[in-house]
Amino acid sequence: MSAAGWEAVIGLEIHVQLATRTKIFCATEASRDGAEPNTLVDPVTLGMPGVLPVLNREVVELAIRLGLALGCTIAPRSRFSRKHYFYPDLPKGYQISQYDEPLCTGGAIVTEVDGEERRFRLTRIHLEEDAGKTVHDALRNRSLVDYNRAGVPLVETVSEPDLRSPADAMAYMKAMHRIVTALGVSDGNMEQGNFRCDANVSVRRVGDPRLGTKVELKNINSFRFVGRGLEHEIARQVDVLEAGGHLVQETRLWDEAAGVTRPMRTKEMAHDYRYFPDPDLMVLEVDEAWIERVRATLPELPRARTQRFVDALGLSAYDADVLTQSAARADYFEAVAQAVGDPKLAANWIQGELLGLLNKDGLDIEASPVPAERLAELLVLLRDERLSSKMAKACFAEMFSSSVAPADWLAAHGAQITDEDTLRAMVAAALDAHPDEVAGFHAGKAQLLGFFVGQVMKQSRGKANPQRVNQLVRSQLEERR
Amino acid sequence: MDAAPSELRIDIRQVATLARLSLDAAETRELEGALDRILEYVAQLDELDLDGVEPTSHPVPLRAAWREDVAAPPLSRDEAFANAPDHDGTAFVVPRVV
Amino acid sequence: MGPEASATELLAALASGATSALALTEAALARIRAVDGHLGAWLRTDEASALETAARIDRRRELGQPLGPLAGLPVGVKDMICTRGMETTASSRILEGFVPPYDATVVERLRAADAIVLGKLAMDEFAMGSSSERSLRGPVRNPWDLERVPGGSSGGSAVALASGTCPLTLGTDTGGSIRQPAAFCGVAGLKPTYGRVSRQGVIAYASSLDQVGPMARSVRDLALLLQVIAGHDPRDATSLPDPVPDYQAVLDRPVDGLRVGVPAEYFQEGLDPAVELAVRAAEDTLRGEGAVLVPVSLPHTRYAIAAYYLIATAEASSNLARYDGVRYGHRTAEPTGDIDTLYSRTRAEGFGPEVKRRIILGTFALSSGYYDAYYLRAQKVRTLVRRDFAQAFERCDVICGPTSPVGPWRIGERSGDPLAMYLTDIYTVPANLAGLPCLSVPCGVDSSGMPVGLQLIGPPLGEATLLGAAHAFERATGHAARRPPEVHP
Ligand SMILES: [Mg+2]
Ligand SMILES: [Zn+2]
Repeated sequence: MSAAGWEAVIGLEIHVQLATRTKIFCATEASRDGAEPNTLVDPVTLGMPGVLPVLNREVVELAIRLGLALGCTIAPRSRFSRKHYFYPDLPKGYQISQYDEPLCTGGAIVTEVDGEERRFRLTRIHLEEDAGKTVHDALRNRSLVDYNRAGVPLVETVSEPDLRSPADAMAYMKAMHRIVTALGVSDGNMEQGNFRCDANVSVRRVGDPRLGTKVELKNINSFRFVGRGLEHEIARQVDVLEAGGHLVQETRLWDEAAGVTRPMRTKEMAHDYRYFPDPDLMVLEVDEAWIERVRATLPELPRARTQRFVDALGLSAYDADVLTQSAARADYFEAVAQAVGDPKLAANWIQGELLGLLNKDGLDIEASPVPAERLAELLVLLRDERLSSKMAKACFAEMFSSSVAPADWLAAHGAQITDEDTLRAMVAAALDAHPDEVAGFHAGKAQLLGFFVGQVMKQSRGKANPQRVNQLVRSQLEERR
Repeated sequence: MDAAPSELRIDIRQVATLARLSLDAAETRELEGALDRILEYVAQLDELDLDGVEPTSHPVPLRAAWREDVAAPPLSRDEAFANAPDHDGTAFVVPRVV
Repeated sequence: MGPEASATELLAALASGATSALALTEAALARIRAVDGHLGAWLRTDEASALETAARIDRRRELGQPLGPLAGLPVGVKDMICTRGMETTASSRILEGFVPPYDATVVERLRAADAIVLGKLAMDEFAMGSSSERSLRGPVRNPWDLERVPGGSSGGSAVALASGTCPLTLGTDTGGSIRQPAAFCGVAGLKPTYGRVSRQGVIAYASSLDQVGPMARSVRDLALLLQVIAGHDPRDATSLPDPVPDYQAVLDRPVDGLRVGVPAEYFQEGLDPAVELAVRAAEDTLRGEGAVLVPVSLPHTRYAIAAYYLIATAEASSNLARYDGVRYGHRTAEPTGDIDTLYSRTRAEGFGPEVKRRIILGTFALSSGYYDAYYLRAQKVRTLVRRDFAQAFERCDVICGPTSPVGPWRIGERSGDPLAMYLTDIYTVPANLAGLPCLSVPCGVDSSGMPVGLQLIGPPLGEATLLGAAHAFERATGHAARRPPEVHP
């Protein structure tokens, strides 16, 4: 971390790919699993002469959804501009992007950092199209261009420089990720580049109101990279300043392997994007009715859901947080909790058993071999003491590996013995069979209690209710003293 | 008030770099002359008081037109590459970038 | 009856069996071969496909199948307009060899109307010019005098009509590129209201000004072609949703009481006296037909050229950024180690001098620090020009004046001085800035005996009124019947 006496000022720009079927300005599919390069292109994607953009309505719908969830103001009129630069993966020589009149302004992300609630303001959210992908073929000294991504709809979310540490940045990014996936506006897939982060970072002496020289940090496209990249960049800036040097405003890349940030090859000329309103697209008007329609369909947001799990369902803050990491996880939990009528039991099992096994197999909860209804069936048996918790764990392991139904497992293994008279007789039989150990217990060997419990469990082939057996052993030993 | 056009000069080399046009010396000279005359002519717009006048970006104001989010077939690879100066069957090929 | 006859007559002859689509197409191709070598109007024809389409239409007619409104008529298309499977270059080296995998919407509509797309017509490169001297195949020549320009940029579209090689053509008009060549070649041309005709598939020069329009040898033929190409297109976000009226039904409406506005600003210094004479005579003719002449004022006309050249070049610099030698079109053959050199050389080789000039001017007008002074200021002037027209149309139904202040000049005469060339667009540019419909019809000759055009400008979506007024004028005079001398080697 940075030296004492310094403070970082960080703003994040997160590009989120919207979950539409087609691209932002043409009817070509936005993505398809395993699509070969240049198979999701049409004349608009390739920027061929004469073809025109037509806005995908769903793109606006999803952006409004995100904007409302983050408390942004949705502009009744916004517009698209052209941002000009030359690069082979940019088909038209300009990117269509909202510039001076974005769709959403204001808003905030509220999240916890180190147990403390923080509010990070947003500057804006705007719509734009993605570019293609250039792959460098060093061997043959050439580059290969794939336009499948070109024209894919993005929102760029821009924060105010309200973040003060890598921890802030990671918390902000995680909260944003949770929100976009909970809303269904994006799949948030970071490996595929559908959720990408850049940071603007500067440092200053604590108490200094002035902003330092800002560096744009790129290639921090995972939560981990954001944390580590920013940590190193902040340390680097502090080192330079403490050594009496000065910083240049530049773009740097995080090199995860080397653990350093490096300056990006600086272009020979300063950027001059020559923005102007795109004459092919009309002003984007969003009326109040549309906004209200979208608002009515907003789901409960992750943070509200976490809070409700604590307040209404009695979970600990930690459990509630774990269970709302994704909407799918929270949905799963709620389904189980509702069916069993015991949120804490559901929470314990999902966190203890289910997530453990899923993690081991690298599975998401959506791909769980045990669906929520099945887990609920199991927990109902446990709740009704038809299964001991040990039996339930054994049953669950089988459910996970061979998807057996809990009822079938129960039929095959027999239910837990909870009948008081049966248990009493079993305990009495165990004491009768071991008079020496009874005497030993009465002589002060308290640890022999477990021996008798074990005998009864063995006798019942694990089906006796262990808590009850424990109590009965205790009381009958006392009676025989 | 906006800056008056008449006071601005054009740096052809810098603009040509922005526009990715390589110009030889003769072209640069010719362009300099022509553009100077054109900009001098354009400077007559200085005469107008344009404060408070809304700019017109579209001659006919219209509401934005929509497309529904419905997919249509893409170009075939053959069609996509038919006009390409250089490609390898899967990608467009350019000299090494970066 | 051949391609020199009017579309209306040809449709009757085709319907009666007096001629066939195949015979007509063969005659058109033969005439192109005979005369166009001297004129350069046609950049290329697609004989095989045209003849095949013609034969298919004839067969369908024999079978009594329903046919479209242009069934069997050969039509020429400006090379700014994309044609599926047929090379489309905008008359530029940078697009040489480019074969679009799509038709422009207007071409789709021609094909759906059973027209025969005969080939592609010459023009100034990327429609940047007023003379058609900068075509891919050298200057296009005016059939009235081969030493003179046919006007531009749709010079090929006007010459193809004037020389009788086909009855209908499509042009594009960004600052007068349909009307001025129509005037120079003695034919009719109409630029519709911005958004009336789809721009989808039409190579962009200046997107907020460009419109496709019909060109023909008579007003009735103009109406026929406009009817086919006009109408909403969901693939163009700037396309107007309004229904399309029946343009032919209103042609014979009398112009009794029609208020014709005459702007003083269109009759000032720089107007050739012979042109003024012809236009004043046309006003008299209209009055004779029952129209009422009303003086109107368009005070910002003198600023229109400056505003126009800033807006058009700014948009052009953006629209032409896609020509980079990566996905289609020309790429430099010189070895280039890096991408920026590839871009700069490709573009330097691919674009001609006027295109370069406009790209540089437009890039400058948008660049940081200059945007407000140039582009934004021009957009504000555009507002004033629109207001002028809106006020004028409170007092009149159409505005009338000259299409061009001068007649066709000699080839090369103005090519050394771009500004002088720009200034000849003074009467055509304002309607583009305001997005208004306008047309040009022949109304006499200048002192060299070259054709002069009368321009009529209408309020938004006033195409029917314009066509009606022009038709009345045409009927009352013999100008439309005048043909240039036969072209001989
Ligand atoms: Mg950004
Ligand atoms: Zn962006």
